[in-house]
Amino acid sequence: MSNLVLFPVVIPLIFAAILMLFPKKLHMQRAVAIAGVAATLASAFMLFSKVNSDGVQAVTLGSWPAPFGISMVSDMFSVLLVLSSTIVTLFVLFYSIPTIGVKREQSFYYPAVLFLMTGVNGAFTTGDIFNLFVFIEVLLMASYALIVHGGEKPQLRESIKYLLVNIISSALFVSAVAYLYSVTGTLNMADLAVKIPQIEAVGILTVIAVLFLVVFGFKAAIFPLYFWLPGSYFAPPMAILALFGALLTKVGVYAIMRTYTLFFTMNTGFTHELLAIIAILTILAGCVGALAYFDVKKIIIYNIIIAVGVILFGISQMNAAGVEGSIFYLVHDMLIKAALFLLVGILTVIFGTSDLRKMGGLIKSYPVFGWTFLVAAFGLAGIPPLSGFPGKLLIVQGGFEGTHFWGSLVILATSLLVLLSVVRIFIYAFWGEPVKIATIDRKHYLSMFVPTAILVALTVFLGAGAELFMPFISDAGEVLLNPSLYIDAVLKE
Amino acid sequence: MEIVMSVAIGLLFMAAVYLMLSKSLIRIIIGTGLLSHGAHLLLLTMGGLGGTAPPVVADGVSVSDYADPLPQALILTAIVISFAVTSFFLVLAYRAYQELGTDNMELLRGTEDYE
Repeated sequence: MSNLVLFPVVIPLIFAAILMLFPKKLHMQRAVAIAGVAATLASAFMLFSKVNSDGVQAVTLGSWPAPFGISMVSDMFSVLLVLSSTIVTLFVLFYSIPTIGVKREQSFYYPAVLFLMTGVNGAFTTGDIFNLFVFIEVLLMASYALIVHGGEKPQLRESIKYLLVNIISSALFVSAVAYLYSVTGTLNMADLAVKIPQIEAVGILTVIAVLFLVVFGFKAAIFPLYFWLPGSYFAPPMAILALFGALLTKVGVYAIMRTYTLFFTMNTGFTHELLAIIAILTILAGCVGALAYFDVKKIIIYNIIIAVGVILFGISQMNAAGVEGSIFYLVHDMLIKAALFLLVGILTVIFGTSDLRKMGGLIKSYPVFGWTFLVAAFGLAGIPPLSGFPGKLLIVQGGFEGTHFWGSLVILATSLLVLLSVVRIFIYAFWGEPVKIATIDRKHYLSMFVPTAILVALTVFLGAGAELFMPFISDAGEVLLNPSLYIDAVLKE
Repeated sequence: MEIVMSVAIGLLFMAAVYLMLSKSLIRIIIGTGLLSHGAHLLLLTMGGLGGTAPPVVADGVSVSDYADPLPQALILTAIVISFAVTSFFLVLAYRAYQELGTDNMELLRGTEDYE
């Protein structure tokens, strides 16, 4: 029993509530928001070291015995995600100060970001399936506010669709929870993991598992359900887009990974086979999109979809290499996607457009920016020793050890397409004849570039120092592969 | 009783899908309202309808004849959330109508600023 588990959820909530009291005081807003995220980061680091030394931490609210109260559980997997999502939020905040505009800053931008963080960290931490629904609604509510924030015409148009898709998936979520409760009589994840293997009606549980896959698939943007993502993510400003791209789909991916390793393991021959096929189709669909567009935002948005497919393929293999690879790739993808969106954001600020064909020759005037972009692009594609490599290597290895060697081949082949899609940005924007660009104040440029460059440096460190991080990753993978560790920590309070 | 409820839920879902497939934004919003109602009733029904039994186990009440209080707690949470989301959606729709001058989803496709 350790209340430390709750800190990364409660701290941003308190700071967001405080921030709502004085929306017009610009400097106070910035300072308090950054202090809030920094405090969350500190608490996440404390929780990380606690989980690292003492194993899985669980707290059941109201001191009820475990299956009856709402459990909050922090294992290595969830704390790694909490840590990386908080780091991403911190850098996006630094980036949004110069880019988001005073008008937005004064109309509850920072509280919305902190509420989003509350929801994301809560969804990563919760140990109760209905509570997961509640936290997802918290983060969705904040994301509705952010996606329409500023009220430009494309934003209004796209947020209607975003809202509609998420309302439908929430209704399906409630229905899926209802079916699960009627079959098992519990909603605590650890208790579900105990009860589900005892139930003989595997057929109905398989249906429920697929229904949950549909629900989380809407959030994670898996193959047939990703249609809403490219349009909706295109509308908001770049800082918000970076936050969404790095965090929101990852919550859906996390939920699939958690439920499909912890308790929906009664019929892996069907459910995990389905997951593997869908994952591969997701990768292929994402590649088509990433290569088809000449718009830098669109290219990176479709790369989100590709990464979702790669991660889910790893988890569908259910062996040590695949699961560890998925966890590593998930952490890597949160950092690299945020970094790439911020880099592309600087590109669009410099050129005043996001159309690749109107860009060119930037390497002469911004050499450091150009090479930073190239490093991030190589990191995304997984060129060693950058951070995409260890995760992808393990996922491919997992596929070869499992039954889906063809999936690993697809992942290897599509890595080249991913590389092509981002190097295309580099070639068009940095090589060729220089086009006329508006001069940007040096200070303004640096205030955007420095947080982005630090984020890219972090991903390089994650890749080059992979040896340092592997103990934590394999620790996280062990809990996913042995649900008994998770169950014992929650139920034997 | 559960059978009657199931049929009612099915009708709600059916009406919701019909409304959400129309072009008018306000019909779509009503559809999402009906969809959430259907999901909430489903949650209550799947937990088992307790009839007039009390939701607490007191002296003289055996576990077999008490109503499960958990679905009621869940449905309450879900109702509050869907209420908030629906009101947000209505405000968003009104604002979008003011800015864009239409509530027809056919005209809200949005392809002009990218190819």
